[in-house]
Amino acid sequence: MTEAGGNIPNKKHVKHVSTISGLKVESVYTPLHTKDLDYDKDIGLPGEYPFTRGIHSTGYRDKLWTMRMFSGFGSAEDTNRRWHKLLQDGETGLSTAFDFPTLMGYDSDYPIAIPEIGKCGVAIDTMVDFEILTEKIPFREVTTSMTINPPATILWGMYLAVAEKRGIAWDHIGGTIQNDMLKEFIAQKTLMCPIEASMRLIADTVEFGTKMVPKWNTISISGYHIREAGSTAVQELAFTLADGIAYVQYILEHKKLDVDAFAPRLSFFFDSHIDFFEEVAKFRAARRMWARIMRDRFKAKNPRSWWMRFHTQTAGCSLTHQQPLNNIVRTAAQALAAVMGGTQSLHTNSYDEEFALPTELAAKIALRTQQIIAHETGVINSMDPLAGSYMVEALTNKIEERAWEYIETIDRKGGMVAAIEEGYPQHEISEAAYKIKKEIDNKERIIIGVNDYMDDEITPIEVLKIDPDVRSLQLERLKEIKGNRNVNKLKICLNELREACKSDKNVMPYVIEAIKALATEQEICDIYREVFGVYHDPGYY
Amino acid sequence: MPLRILIAKPGLDGHDRGAKIIARGLKDAGYEVIYTGVHQTPEQIATAAIQEDVDLVGLSCLSGAHIELFSEVINLLLKNNASDIPVIGGGIIPFEDIQLLKTAGVNEVFLPGTTLTEVIIWIKKKVKSRK
Repeated sequence: MTEAGGNIPNKKHVKHVSTISGLKVESVYTPLHTKDLDYDKDIGLPGEYPFTRGIHSTGYRDKLWTMRMFSGFGSAEDTNRRWHKLLQDGETGLSTAFDFPTLMGYDSDYPIAIPEIGKCGVAIDTMVDFEILTEKIPFREVTTSMTINPPATILWGMYLAVAEKRGIAWDHIGGTIQNDMLKEFIAQKTLMCPIEASMRLIADTVEFGTKMVPKWNTISISGYHIREAGSTAVQELAFTLADGIAYVQYILEHKKLDVDAFAPRLSFFFDSHIDFFEEVAKFRAARRMWARIMRDRFKAKNPRSWWMRFHTQTAGCSLTHQQPLNNIVRTAAQALAAVMGGTQSLHTNSYDEEFALPTELAAKIALRTQQIIAHETGVINSMDPLAGSYMVEALTNKIEERAWEYIETIDRKGGMVAAIEEGYPQHEISEAAYKIKKEIDNKERIIIGVNDYMDDEITPIEVLKIDPDVRSLQLERLKEIKGNRNVNKLKICLNELREACKSDKNVMPYVIEAIKALATEQEICDIYREVFGVYHDPGYY
Repeated sequence: MPLRILIAKPGLDGHDRGAKIIARGLKDAGYEVIYTGVHQTPEQIATAAIQEDVDLVGLSCLSGAHIELFSEVINLLLKNNASDIPVIGGGIIPFEDIQLLKTAGVNEVFLPGTTLTEVIIWIKKKVKSRK
């Protein structure tokens, strides 16, 4: 209390002087911190190995990153409407959020699926839903990303089947399927079959894409979920790269493909969290490390094989339900870091992230955030504008150094698959998540509105509600489809798929045939479960 | 004898960061904790709660299906003469659903941002051994 009886705020000192990853941050950086850096060898120009400054020699002023908003909810009709709205509002790429039954390979009419229909994303059971989802979406002009993992073969198969039905050649379509099971075992936990079988299905998709759908990114090697599960930035980077190494290794060992045949279509997906400079440094280190891995470890000759192309999503786990409008600011800072880090594609979270799926307004503001950065701030005018900053170069080096230590540890364990089987990355993530939680609980790490500058005000915001009729609509539709299919044809397709799974044939052609015969997603996944077995979460904590 | 607590993830939601932190925090506070892992049916959870003879069940759901799933667990405990096991919940739960959950029998709902200490204080005050 002051003499006059008012309150003055305490001048709070920021206590922590390390990044979230525990990297010490100097109070000032000088040329001494970067004295051993060789510009040509360690940094290079954009478009030059090791691509620290960017994979292309031209930057955003020639071509902006793709504004790709992750979205999906309710029925295929609901999501199609939202997609058209987002395209109208200016997004330049599509990104699909599926509901939990779809993510886990269950149909809407499966008992454990029923409470979850359409709640977390769009419900897709058959190709019929997929046609509605993509109604009037111009496949030749806009690319679609799909966040789907165990059933990736099926959702991709649906996209390909619909394209074919619409007379669009597969070499004219582009998109991405996430299709990264290693990070599922580590973090996201949409689980179905054991590790080996999961790797086989991924290798089949990469091989099929290489030969038949050349513009498709058949895998999005992801750090986002690892970070959201609580890892540090260093762990996010290291575990993602180690997953990438495991995939390249597996494909080389199991498919007759030259590394340069498929590596250019490997893509990545990172988080953009709240510690601004750590994130920028992480993206730069990521590019440099992947280039070194592909050229030096895997002896790739094609420079496109050395390029790390990545999508970024701003950090959902950093957002709060207290004072939710603050989240607009957090997302803006994180989007800026992703842009300063040179992302190829970006999703920005909405301020209502902690409540439900985004309302139209919240999603629009998130998209406008990207557009303001692109058109108003000027940061796009020059490539990798933070290069040469003593701090950013020092942090880039430090993150790279620490990430290599993790990769070496994982190599000593026999690679990422072995590391996952012993619980190593899962344990590292749990430890990091617990540490961060305690720091926040103890106010060593401040989150505005949560443990400081709190108030009792409840900000009235609109929250998206899923139409309760979605459940009955979906069940009706599914019942109708199941009652009107050529059951004999379907049986033949499913049997052939089963045989393909048991052999070393590529499953994709069989998946596509089954889809065209109106197989449901679960009917195909049940074959995978039958042939390959079911994986259960070991429950590490 | 320390209280026995079951932390469970019902339904298809795989987001386990919060559940794992709660499990670890309670374990560090001296409780005996059983964590089920993800993708448990309400039947599996109720069975585990009874078989493990726990004093408290904590449920976590971030997929929006909390009302159906938490209610189902509570109904199964009731059906199997175990309605004296209190149930708490957490996850992504809109404010207006908290009262609905409490009406369904959930004793308390802990939203994101709740400190470990708050949960432990609640347990100390409200949970007794069932033996």
